[in-house]
This record gives sequence, structure tokens and C-alpha cells, in this order.
Amino acid sequence: MGEITTSLVDWSRGQFALTAMYHWLFVPLTLGLSMIMAICETIYYRTKNDLWLRITKFWITLFGVNFAIGVATGIILEFQFGTNWSNYSWFVGDIFGPPLAIEGILAFFLEAVFSAVMFFGWNRVSKGFHLLSTWMTGIGATLSALWILIANAWMQYPTGVTFNPQTVRNEMTDFFGVAASPVAINKFFHTVLSSWTLGAAFVICVCCWFLIKNKNIQLALKSIMVASIFGFFAMLLTLFTGDSTAKLVARVQPMKLAAMEGLYKGDTNQSIVAFGVLNSSKKYDNDEETFHFAIKLPDVLSWLAYGKADAFVAGIDDIIKGGYEAEDVNGNKYMMPSIDERIESGKTAIDALVGYRTAMAEGDNLLADKHKEVLLDNYHNYGYGYVTDVSQIIPPVSYTFYAFHLMVIFGFFFFILFIVIYFVLGRKKYQKPGGFNPKNKKWLMYIGMFSLPFAYIMSQCGWITSEMGRQPWTIQDILPTFISTSKLAVGTVQTTFFMFLILFTVLLVADIMIIARQIRKENVDETDNNEEAY
Amino acid sequence: MELSLLQHYWWFLISLLAALLVALMFVQGGQTLLVQIAKDDLEKKMILNSIGKKWELTFTTLVVFGGAFFASFPLFYSTSFGGAYWLWMIILFSFIVQAVGYEYMNKEDNFLGKKVYEIFLYINGSVGVFFIGVAVGSMFTGAPFVVGKINITDLTNPTISYWGDNLHGLGELSKVPNLCLGAALVFLSRIGGAMYLLNNVDNNNLNEKCRKAALMNFIPFLVFFLTFVFCIFLREGFAVDTSTEMVYMKKYKYLSNMYEVWPLGLMFLAGVLLVLFSGFKMLKGESMRRLFWFEAFGVLLVVLSLFLCLGYNNTAYYPSTADIQSSLTIKNSSSSKYTLEAMSYVSILLALVIFYTVVTWRKMDKRRIKENDYEH
Repeated sequence: MGEITTSLVDWSRGQFALTAMYHWLFVPLTLGLSMIMAICETIYYRTKNDLWLRITKFWITLFGVNFAIGVATGIILEFQFGTNWSNYSWFVGDIFGPPLAIEGILAFFLEAVFSAVMFFGWNRVSKGFHLLSTWMTGIGATLSALWILIANAWMQYPTGVTFNPQTVRNEMTDFFGVAASPVAINKFFHTVLSSWTLGAAFVICVCCWFLIKNKNIQLALKSIMVASIFGFFAMLLTLFTGDSTAKLVARVQPMKLAAMEGLYKGDTNQSIVAFGVLNSSKKYDNDEETFHFAIKLPDVLSWLAYGKADAFVAGIDDIIKGGYEAEDVNGNKYMMPSIDERIESGKTAIDALVGYRTAMAEGDNLLADKHKEVLLDNYHNYGYGYVTDVSQIIPPVSYTFYAFHLMVIFGFFFFILFIVIYFVLGRKKYQKPGGFNPKNKKWLMYIGMFSLPFAYIMSQCGWITSEMGRQPWTIQDILPTFISTSKLAVGTVQTTFFMFLILFTVLLVADIMIIARQIRKENVDETDNNEEAY
Repeated sequence: MELSLLQHYWWFLISLLAALLVALMFVQGGQTLLVQIAKDDLEKKMILNSIGKKWELTFTTLVVFGGAFFASFPLFYSTSFGGAYWLWMIILFSFIVQAVGYEYMNKEDNFLGKKVYEIFLYINGSVGVFFIGVAVGSMFTGAPFVVGKINITDLTNPTISYWGDNLHGLGELSKVPNLCLGAALVFLSRIGGAMYLLNNVDNNNLNEKCRKAALMNFIPFLVFFLTFVFCIFLREGFAVDTSTEMVYMKKYKYLSNMYEVWPLGLMFLAGVLLVLFSGFKMLKGESMRRLFWFEAFGVLLVVLSLFLCLGYNNTAYYPSTADIQSSLTIKNSSSSKYTLEAMSYVSILLALVIFYTVVTWRKMDKRRIKENDYEH
């Protein structure tokens, strides 16, 4: 079998991106809708109003359709770490494996057991136990997100570990350092809260369609009330956590921040690009203009990244050249080395690892200890030892820049939309008999309905920013993507890539058609005392 | 805690999860019985809604089994999954289509039509289960992989563990014990499915068909299972020399594990007897409803003992046929002491999981499924 080729790495990355992006079409809706239906059922439990029961059942039906495909697309992600990224699995399995196992034990079982009660238990368990099951399903989904996001955050900010040259892997030394790192906590809240906004946008889309069609008016108005309030607070908190995410990225992954902003030459009082069109010819080693056109807000990037307008924000060129004062997550200052220095340091670490293993094999413990010392001194640059050209450490700037800006634009759009929707359509007074006149508000109903794709784009863009922006690293500074793959024939990965593409696309079409049908046939006036059935 | 103790504890948990997974595969068995014994939509609905309440539990157990294996023995995860690529991909595909099969089959506008989703469930219940059996079988018969940790320092060829052939797991289909275990699992899951439906569905016509299906599947199960057991018990096994840590071939290794660690042997025999007992009682038509529990508990004991036999008593649980010294043992492939210890505290929560699973199972299955539940 041949060597690890660029093609194999690209196809493996492509397959992971494909499966992750498909999976992420369904997960945020599961997270958001699970909370909304739990809120609706809680209102039913407290008010005993059967309309709320009908509303809850309607959202649970849509949740079920979406949940199934979320589960289907999710299983492949876990096992893909082994099938396509076997080097990664060994090199960091000691740290990455536990969150996956805890996710299964704490979250998946909770979801699996209680969702069965939620779907089938209406006539089999008490109302209180059913309500508990609905909440447990939502909490299970959220806990699942927590642990996988902890795992992802650790890849972006590898902390709480040490490298063991004897086993040739990273080993955990501080469980809470991994599980409760600032990056992990921030990532969890930012991702889950933004998913809640997608759930709210979905509910608003469906309900606006009902209002336009003049059917299920009470279901629609009540659901809009819940979704717009829920969505507003979720979006507000998403914006706050977005701000703290940017501050962490500036310290932990300055190259990602530079790519997010298309920033090549950094400065103090650094402006932020509110809107811009990148010049695709711009590279780190030429003097072309970065933007064809850009609207910039002065000082804002310095202020957002470091909390002061005169702070220095590094660009791609600065990071390559080094020699500026940087700051870590704890606020400690240090002098940023150049990429050439880091490459040298990384090569020293790799040579020391070879030296250590050779010395150990020859029984020369003294020499092995010396190599180990050199290795650990340089280990923070280990991944750079594999880099042969500086251009390898620059992420795809255009993907990262546009994804980031679209995410932010749509974030603010939904923040405003939830407020407007609540005051125009969601207020309680409209829910009284004769209290709602749909004639003059159709414009907003159409906006509410057609906004849903923007929520999905926003959500996907968040992940594109996060994952494309950290290339070439699977583990920041420690393990590049091109060292992480399994040794497979390129054709093998290409085959499974297209198998997944076809299968997931077919299932997506089925998912959309079924959901659309369920929405079209919903009639809140029909009594439904039956339990869910396959 | 000692590292060795933690490694044994985690191998026990892995074995327990594997045993629970196989015991819960009655869901897959029920899926293959769906097209065979249900003659009309009402019977199909009763079967679907009976096993449909449990499919996620089996699915989740598989996912947790994978996650726990990754956390505790990451070298197995990277070696087996990265090497036996096609074997695992086929298994995963079968579980992807299972998840949507239940939810979409009877929904209007489901795009592919009801029949396709039925086929999805059948594929999961037959192909998926068979390949799981083949994958587990390879843990006894070995696989052609090589582990070289220092490879990671080589920029052009950095893979730590890789397979010596290009079949990526499909070569495992050429080994008789693997095929026998795969086939035995398929028939066992069908027996479990039939017995579960007897336990959970209150319909005389369907119950009689389930009883017949259980008996019909019992004979091929016994043939394949006993062939597998004789093959592995009478062959050489992969043993570890405790002083040198070298792996070597030892006659009757797996059989000797059963009597050298006698509780394993007892567990294995008790499990086999419970499964045989449930089959025998089924044949006589006595107390049929509760036989599911005897069968399930018997399966749990057999699989648990076989997995423990694989990893305990200085045995290589994933032997390499390409380079015997690359074979994986619970000692050379485990996570660090710190990680195993931290995970051990988390594993205590499994007791809570089992508790609420039992409570909800009892609540949901208190009343058996009847025709008139789905006649409207």
C-alpha cells in the first residue's frame, strides 16, 4: 500500500465534513425543538388546556422525524474517528475517547429511554412522568452536545495533558482541565444557544405558514409566543457568548481570528470588517490588496478581541514573522515566535522522540531521559515539525472569512426578527377570540416563513468558521490533519464518500417531504387521544 | 487503584456492554421477522410498535460500546476501525438505515415507499448483525495488522497501525469461525425477537407464529454456535508470556481460559443452559411469555463469558496474524491509569442508567400490545 497522499487526506477530510454538516442539519433542530416542546408540555401540565396538549403533540411529531435522521447521521461520526483517523485515535484517544464514552453513558441512554416514553407513553404513563420524560429527552440531547463539544474544544485548545514518549501518545493529567476549560464552556453555550435559535426559527416558519393559510391559528399564535420569547433570549445569549468566543480565539488560535477577518497585516486600533469582498489573488507572500471592497469599523476588532481600542491584533503576516507580544487565556504575556522557529522546534521534538525510543530500545536510560527533556521542552510546537512550507499553516481565508461574516449578519438578523415577531404576532392579547387580524401582517409572516434557511446557513457557517479556521490542525499546534489519517486506498474513501452523499441526500429529501406532509395535514381541531405509533 | 486492576475492570465493562448489545439484538431479530410472520398491516403495526419502543436502546448500546472501547482501549479503536474499514462501514450503514426505517416507514410522503424502509430494517437485522458477528469473530481468529508507534515520526508514512492487506476487513469473511459466529448471531437475534414479541404482544395468531419462528431458528443457531465454539476451543489461541510480554500460540488457549478462570466457565455453561432451557420450554409450549427473559439472560452470560475469556488470563484479545507481537492485549492497548481511573468514577453512573431503564421498561411494557391499539 502506498504512502499517505494529499488526496487521501483531502477525501478523508471531505467525508468527515460531509457527514458532520449533514448531521448538523438535524442536531440544532433537535436541540431547539426539544426545549420548545418541553415548554409547551409544561404549560399544558399547568393549565390543563387541551390546546397546549395538541400543540405539544404536533411539535413532538416533527421532532420525531428529525430526531431519527439526526441519530442516523450521528453514528457515523463517532466511528469515523477510528475508521478514517486512526492515527488521531491513538495519539489523543486517551483524552478524546472519554468525552465520547461519557456522552453515551450520560446522554444517549437518557435520550433513548425517555424519548420512547415521550413518543409512546401518552396512554401508558402519568402526565407528570410523561412531562419528566419530555424534559429528560431534551436534557439528554443537550448533555450529548456538551460532551462532544468538550471533545471538540479540546482539539482547539489542548490542555490538561502531557505527552508520553513511551506510549507515543498524549495522556490526560487533568480531567476538569479538559472538561471545564474556558474554550469548552464557551463553545458549549455558544453552540447550544445558537441551536435553540434555529429551533425557534423553525417553529416561527411553520406557524407563519399556518397564519398565511389561515389554519391552526391558535396553535400558531401560541407557538409563536413561546418561540419568539425563547428565540430572543437564546439569540441574546448567543451574541454574548460569540463575543467571548472571539476573545478566546484571539488568544488560543490567533491565525483563525486573522482568517475570520481577512487580516494579513495587524495593527493597534485594529478595525473590523463589517462587510467586504476579498481579493482572491491576495496571498501572504504578495503585496496585493486584501479586499476589493470593505466597510470597516475603526478600533472595533482590537476592542472585541482584547477589550481595549489600542490593543494589537496580529494578522497572518505577523503570526508568520512572530516577534510581537501576545497574550494567553490567563492574561500572561509572551513573545510570539516566528513560524520558522516553531518549525525548527517541532523538528527538534520529533528527532528527540526518535532518539528517546532508540535509546530505550538500547537500554540507555540516561540518554533516553535527555531526549525526553528536549522533547517535552519543544512539545508545544510538535505539530510544526511536520510542516514543510509556511503556507501549510494558513487556513482557507475566504471560507473562514465569509462563513464568519454570514454567521454574524444572520445572528443580528434573527435577534431583530424575534423581537418584531413577538410584538407583531406573538403577544398574548392576540390569542383571545377576535384578537388577531391576519390581514395587515402578511409581510411579516412571509419574512418569518422564508427566514428559516438563513438559520441553517448561520448554524452551518458557525462550524465552517470553527473548523476551516483551525486548519491544518486536528489538534492545535500538536497534530496536523495530514498526519492523522488511516492508511487506506484513496478509492476506498472516495467510494464511501459518495455512498454517504447519496444516502444522506436521499434521507434528507425523505425527511423534508415527511415534515412538510405532517405540517400540511395538521388540523388542531381534530381531537387526537391516540398515542404515537410507527 | 492499580493499572492492571483498572484494565481488567474496563475489559469487564466492555464485555458487559457487548453482552447487553447482543441480548438487545432481539430488536434486529424482530425486524427480520417482520416480513416473514406479519401477514397484514395490523400485525406489522403490532410488531413494529413492540420492537420500535426498544430500537434506540440497542442502537445506543452499540454507540456506547464504541465510545467506551475508544475511551478505554484506544489502540483497538484505531487498529480495528481504521483497518477493517469495509467491515465496520457495512455495519454502520446498516444502522444508519435502521434509524430512519422505523420513523419513516408508515409516514405519508416518505419518498422511498414503505417497502424500502422494510428492506432497510431487514438489512439491519440480517447483514448488520452478521457482520458484527464476523467482526467479533476476528477477535478470536486474528486480523492482518501491524502496529508501529514510531511510524508517527515518519512524514511520508506516519500511520501507527495499518493492515497488511487491501481487503480492509472483507478478508475476515474467509474464516469459518467468523462466518459461523455471524450466522449464529443472526439466528439468535431472531429467536430473541420472536420471544420478545411473545412477551410483549397479546395476539394469539401472532404469538403462535412467533413460537414457531423461535423453534425454527433454534436449530440453525445451535449448529452455527456449536461449530464456532468447537472451532475456537479446539484451536490454538494467542497467549501472553507474563515475564516477557511476548505473544505466543498456545494450544486450547480459549478452552483453558474457561477452566483456569473457572467462574468464566461456569458463567458460559449457565448461559448456554439458560438458552437451551428457553428453547426446550418453547418446544413444550410452557410459560412462554417469560422465556424471553431466560433467553436474554442466557445470551448475556454467554457473551460476557466469551468476551472475558478473550481479554483475561493473559490473552491477546485482538491478535495479529501479520505480526504476532503487534497483537493487542488489555495491557498494551489501554488508556492511561489516570484516564481509566477518571472514567471508572463515571462508570458508576451506569447503575443509574440501568435503574431508570428498568423503571421505564416496566412502565411502558406493563400492558401488552393488543390489536385494538392500532385498529383506528
